[in-house]
Amino acid sequence: MTTPTSTAVPAATRRAVLLQGNEAVAEGAIAAGARFFAGYPITPSTEIAEVLSRRLPEVGGTFIQMEDEIAGIAAVCGASLAGTKALTATSGPGFSLMQEMIGFATMAQIPCVVVDVMRGGPSTGLPTEPAQGDVMQARWGTHGEHSVIALVPSSVEECYTLTVEAFNLSEQYRTPVIILSDALIGHMREAVVLPEPGTLRIAERGTPDCEPDEYDTVTSTLDNILPRPPLGSPFRVHVTGLVYNRRSGAPDTSDPAAAADLGRYLREKIYHHRDAIVRVEEVEMHGAEVAIFAYGSVARSAMAVVRKLRAEGVPVGLVRPITLWPFPTLAVDRMAEQVRTVIVPEMNIRQMSWEVQAAVRGRAKVIDYGRVDGKLITPDEILELVKPEFYYHSWEDA
Amino acid sequence: MSALVDEQLLEAAPTGDPKLPRIKPHTTTEIKQHLRSAKTLWCPGCSNGTITRALIDAVLGLEIDPEKVVVVAGIGCSGRISAYLDYSTVHTAHGRALPVATGIKAADPSLHVIVAMGDGDSSAIGGNHFIHAARRNIDLTALVFNNSIYGMTGGQMSPTTHLGDKSTTSVYGNVEPAFDLCELAHAAGATYVARGTSWGYQQLVNVLAGGIAHSGFSMVEAMAICPVYYGRFNLTSDPAEFLKSQKEHAVPVDKFDEGETRSHDHYPVGLLHHRERREYVTALRSLRERAQEAHNG
Repeated sequence: MTTPTSTAVPAATRRAVLLQGNEAVAEGAIAAGARFFAGYPITPSTEIAEVLSRRLPEVGGTFIQMEDEIAGIAAVCGASLAGTKALTATSGPGFSLMQEMIGFATMAQIPCVVVDVMRGGPSTGLPTEPAQGDVMQARWGTHGEHSVIALVPSSVEECYTLTVEAFNLSEQYRTPVIILSDALIGHMREAVVLPEPGTLRIAERGTPDCEPDEYDTVTSTLDNILPRPPLGSPFRVHVTGLVYNRRSGAPDTSDPAAAADLGRYLREKIYHHRDAIVRVEEVEMHGAEVAIFAYGSVARSAMAVVRKLRAEGVPVGLVRPITLWPFPTLAVDRMAEQVRTVIVPEMNIRQMSWEVQAAVRGRAKVIDYGRVDGKLITPDEILELVKPEFYYHSWEDA
Repeated sequence: MSALVDEQLLEAAPTGDPKLPRIKPHTTTEIKQHLRSAKTLWCPGCSNGTITRALIDAVLGLEIDPEKVVVVAGIGCSGRISAYLDYSTVHTAHGRALPVATGIKAADPSLHVIVAMGDGDSSAIGGNHFIHAARRNIDLTALVFNNSIYGMTGGQMSPTTHLGDKSTTSVYGNVEPAFDLCELAHAAGATYVARGTSWGYQQLVNVLAGGIAHSGFSMVEAMAICPVYYGRFNLTSDPAEFLKSQKEHAVPVDKFDEGETRSHDHYPVGLLHHRERREYVTALRSLRERAQEAHNG
């Protein structure tokens, strides 16, 4: 699967609308073919539920407000198993509650989308303020060895396009996909041009190309991940969170070889396709001596700094992961070979900068900068981090 | 025939009782056709196999297309039923069978969704989901295997362990009162509530069939026996003796006086509560129709 860094839709087919990030997620889900939402209200994600409670019935879908977030993602797993594309949306404490069933969806290979609109934490924390403190929870929040796909939108338009992309990836790799939005992106309004319906690539769930009695004898490979037939079909599938035999689907907790086969497969089915999954935007990296590695709303401030400094002739570039998990190791590798310094501003304390450091492997200096007060990292703050790296530059006008 | 049950479904079932279908027991050969495997990990003397057979008997008796049956289970001894039954089956996480089933039923209302849970599964870790599924009156059949103990983890007390009972986590005697799952379901809004025992096989089959045929949230509590843990600690480790005690404790609901105190050794069995109330998936469908009408002008 080729993944361009921006949606290649001809300008003539585009229409501009004023949307909030959360609304864009909801509309993106509908465009992706999602017809089921179950969740629980929580700031700052609630608008996603509100919009979908109105929009889903209009398009023949189902909205259910469940008794808690655990039930929300559980119902999403059920709807997906019954053959319907499904999503849930939450924030902070709700994302913590969902980890159990994210693990179930991972183990049982259930396609679904989980939107986490990040807010300050831990616990109730700063309910209305943006943060990026869940990036490691998205990776490792559920117990046990597993892989995950997580996407980070930096704009309202990306809230829309990445939601479509999240559904495509979840169907293709039969795995939950997490969208890491935040309180800023979720509540911000921007005029965005949305792709016309019909111009987006939409991955549909296929049906296995075999007879029901043959289904137990065919096995997915890394390059051919077979779709699971819906519940209530002649295939009479068994779905379980126990370790199972990958061929028959039957639980098998006594054979270490079966456990190893499943465990490695669940990891490799994502990592084997890492180059196809990972999307990174590189801005002004040509000739850059210093790179800013920033994602989500912080990347907006970083972008402003890069534009300003490039206009002054200062060789600074931006590496913006759109896919946070799997980690964009190749892009960081390229960056490490080129620049002498990498600056990692994030609304947490060193969560991704540790990953960057590990991938840079000493080839460049890594400067981390974190805020956990619910306030945005401004372009001026990032500029102050860049300045010492160009001590020979005349900064009077900056 | 009560208007509570889907007439079309029950057409095939032999009737007689005004409220419940009477299912003719099926042969072991017929039963086995609904099993992936007759080999289980349940302990000798466990009644889960009996309850599993009762469920198959009910499905066979109602002449439901097995391809349209989905069994969703939680975690614990009861949850293992999902791997044995040859329907579409989902072995979910502990306590989460009902919300998963809610998503399944809402996404595909044509399915007969049966939710197999244990007592701790349904009323401790899954207690919140239990009351809300009942409140919504979604057309699911909850089958609770109540053995009054956590069996899979080796005999700890559960919310249905009786006051004073011994378990590995109540060695001095349980100081917590037990839930009456049927009254809990009824109070929360379930529209079909029945109790059967592993001793009274035919009655269990009938109340299960009635629950599956019922349109709305039905709850069937199957009083199970766990001779290995509960019985050994509190009553008897002899399965036959344990079953006989159920015969003494269970009183047909029509012979049970409303004023009588219900306890673990004196409880009503049969169809305890039934009423009509708008079913959730039906309500969702009419909501969708209204929204689409407004949207399309």
